[in-house]
Amino acid sequence: MLANEPTRAHILLDQGSAEERVRQIAGTFRFAVDPHARIQDITVGQQQRVEIMKALYRNADIVILDEPTAVLTPQEARELFQIIRTLTQEGISIIFISHKLNEVLEIADRITVLRRGKVIETIPREGATEKGLARSMVGREVLLRVEKSRPTTGETLLEVDDLSVTDDRALEAVRNVSFDVRAGEIVGIAGVDGNGQTELIDALTGLRKPTSGSVRIGGRDLTSATAHEHLEAGLGHIPEDRQRRGLVLDFSLAENLLLHDYDKAPFSKFGWLSPGRVLERARSLLGEFDVRGGGPRTLASALSGGNQQKVVVAREVSRDPRVLIAAQPTRGLDVGAIEFVHKRLVAERDEGRAILLVSLELEEIVSLSDRILVIYEGRIVGEYGPDVSEEELGIAMTGAGREAA
Amino acid sequence: MTEPPAGPEGGGDREAVTAPEPLSSDPTAYAPTVAERLATYQRLGGVVTPVITALFAFFMGGLVVLATGHNPLRVYKGIFSGTGLDWFFHFGNYHIDIPFTNHHVFFWWNTSIVSNSAYNLQQTLILTTTLILTGLAVAFAFRCGLFNIGGQGQYLIGIITGLWVGTSFPHMSHVPHVLLTIVVASLAGALWAAIAGFLKATTGAHEVITTIMLNWIAYWIGSWAFGQGGALQNSTNPALPVSNDVVPSARLWAFWGNPALQALHVGFFIALAALVAFWFTLNRTTLGYEVRAVGFNPEAARYGGISVSRNYVTAMAISGMFAGLAGCLDMIGYQYRFGVLDVQTSQLGFIGIAVALLGRNKALGVGLSALLFASLLYGTSTRSLNPDVFPPTLAGNLTWMIQALVLLFIGADVLIIYVWQARRKVLRPFGIGASPRRAEGA
Repeated sequence: MLANEPTRAHILLDQGSAEERVRQIAGTFRFAVDPHARIQDITVGQQQRVEIMKALYRNADIVILDEPTAVLTPQEARELFQIIRTLTQEGISIIFISHKLNEVLEIADRITVLRRGKVIETIPREGATEKGLARSMVGREVLLRVEKSRPTTGETLLEVDDLSVTDDRALEAVRNVSFDVRAGEIVGIAGVDGNGQTELIDALTGLRKPTSGSVRIGGRDLTSATAHEHLEAGLGHIPEDRQRRGLVLDFSLAENLLLHDYDKAPFSKFGWLSPGRVLERARSLLGEFDVRGGGPRTLASALSGGNQQKVVVAREVSRDPRVLIAAQPTRGLDVGAIEFVHKRLVAERDEGRAILLVSLELEEIVSLSDRILVIYEGRIVGEYGPDVSEEELGIAMTGAGREAA
Repeated sequence: MTEPPAGPEGGGDREAVTAPEPLSSDPTAYAPTVAERLATYQRLGGVVTPVITALFAFFMGGLVVLATGHNPLRVYKGIFSGTGLDWFFHFGNYHIDIPFTNHHVFFWWNTSIVSNSAYNLQQTLILTTTLILTGLAVAFAFRCGLFNIGGQGQYLIGIITGLWVGTSFPHMSHVPHVLLTIVVASLAGALWAAIAGFLKATTGAHEVITTIMLNWIAYWIGSWAFGQGGALQNSTNPALPVSNDVVPSARLWAFWGNPALQALHVGFFIALAALVAFWFTLNRTTLGYEVRAVGFNPEAARYGGISVSRNYVTAMAISGMFAGLAGCLDMIGYQYRFGVLDVQTSQLGFIGIAVALLGRNKALGVGLSALLFASLLYGTSTRSLNPDVFPPTLAGNLTWMIQALVLLFIGADVLIIYVWQARRKVLRPFGIGASPRRAEGA
């Protein structure tokens, strides 16, 4: 896989020497490069390396990495760490910004914790622990592992049978996927980004028409139903990109909380909105879900990522859905907000909802799920229990476990 | 696990666990975030920027006036008088009649409504009426994320259908005839615009392209209809490429001025009501909620269960309705006839774009900027501007120049916002998940 790893050339007029320089950097830090490859054709992990090379190309002495592993597999992340170690050995300083405590503990020599824009503490790696760091970050004890009881499952609420979906380029992205989710359990779907998760979720929520197969929610066939009909059937959907899809950033929080219910009583009657009731409900939801940084009239864009996500979660959960699809529900959130979302998901499970969790974060999948499915190139390539190790999943995610399916 | 080094709150661990102070290291709990301050700034900027834009355009215009060897202040004062807006500032030693008596008392304001400036003000407000509606036609579509360049075509369709109904049925009674004319012309404008919305919804054809094409189709329909041998051409004089006059039963009531000299008609109040309706529709109805959701973020709207394509059609139709209404009111309000030459020279639909842009697509903004543009247009016309102050031929150019400058600066403003957002998109690198797929889409 590493043998022919392409990267982008910094195309200057003197292309020859630019390529030469890229090759030289790549040689020093042991990347194999194809300076002619287009950025859009290479994987995210490779793009990441290109970003680092760009910095090195400009003879950087200090390289700042802001959440660099968010879209990488554990294996790719390990490769990245390898690169970072090589860089530090070459005398380059690295500032590594991350909310993943284990990464920080693995790679850093010194760790600085920031909270509310202030330095809380700076400590050497030796002696630092995840628990201690989490506490300094949040200012109180944080549960890093969600505590949950054994699931008590009920009837099957989400049935997916032989589902195939194509992506925007009309290429098959989901291939003959079948699984079901019962009331009271969390089923996790693990996989590297771009293996059909997005298309699968779209098809399950009515935002994309499947090419074959069927989707049933609570026994109702919704294969070719609209997003609206899915919502009516009792589907809740925490989308993977809250800013692009989950929220209308230029809407107020009250308006965002109304996104699925604007046309229902008591929030509107005969097409006329009732702003009073809308505000009233928004106020109670914002309180219940502890959304900070604004009231019902604040624009969604003014909130921090964690609070935006709480708004999305509040909206989806408050509709009392039977099936809840959570796609990367904690992406880009800090530990405190992650804990909140995780606890809430488990609580919703215990309420008897069927929850499908799609995440790129293995740790999240393993700690929350009652069953784990691994998706690779659009196929479900394995099913595991909650006790599976991250390593085993990581290997399955690269397609090695394909035969097992 | 080793004991963690005590942080600032290290001592109070046990307390902290049970303390209600929950979750999240969110700084917004204490101070407004940068985004919040930015939002406030933008909201403020929404008022301040258009004002600065307009002032700057006038300043640049003043420099040009100076270059032609005239005194800019005198010229602007002349234009201001030309608009009739000085009618509000006739302070001094006047008197006011006491009703039912022959007495009068001192009053500080000239209440005469037959003065020259009163007449000019009527003309300015007649133009304002039209520009409010053509401005709303652009603004409503804009709120749905559509750029309706087709206001002019929809305006012409309103004129054509308005004249068709308004010059027919001479024996109908007054109120039904007026209502019928207004309804038919508004619906025709709505249908005309909905074509572009429909094409966008079904085939993805860009509304800018299709509305421009529809403009030309409307243009040639008008040229044919009022031209020699056309369907609506003058029946008494077949040589005249002008329509028949609107029959008296279809004419709007004039409430200020002499109808023979173009008086201010009740269409002015219809336009004001349209401003209110615009605001209510957008902010207080589910339809407006859908339109705004689609306009801000079609992807989120779709996710929320809103049909994006249906809203494209609806929003365009409502836009076209405003423009069609504008055309109709002009006909039955004061012009009463339209000719081929008028079709060729008419611009009010296009000026609606400038009105909406300067008015930030808000009801109040559109109202005010319609008044500004109407004042500019009328205040510099040969009819109203004193030729001793500034040659009206030059003044007409000054109007276009100021209008162009306003548009340019508004455009630059949009450009700045666009660059700002593009920058944010580009800077959202690998951390918050730019997938290769999205990178390709960008």
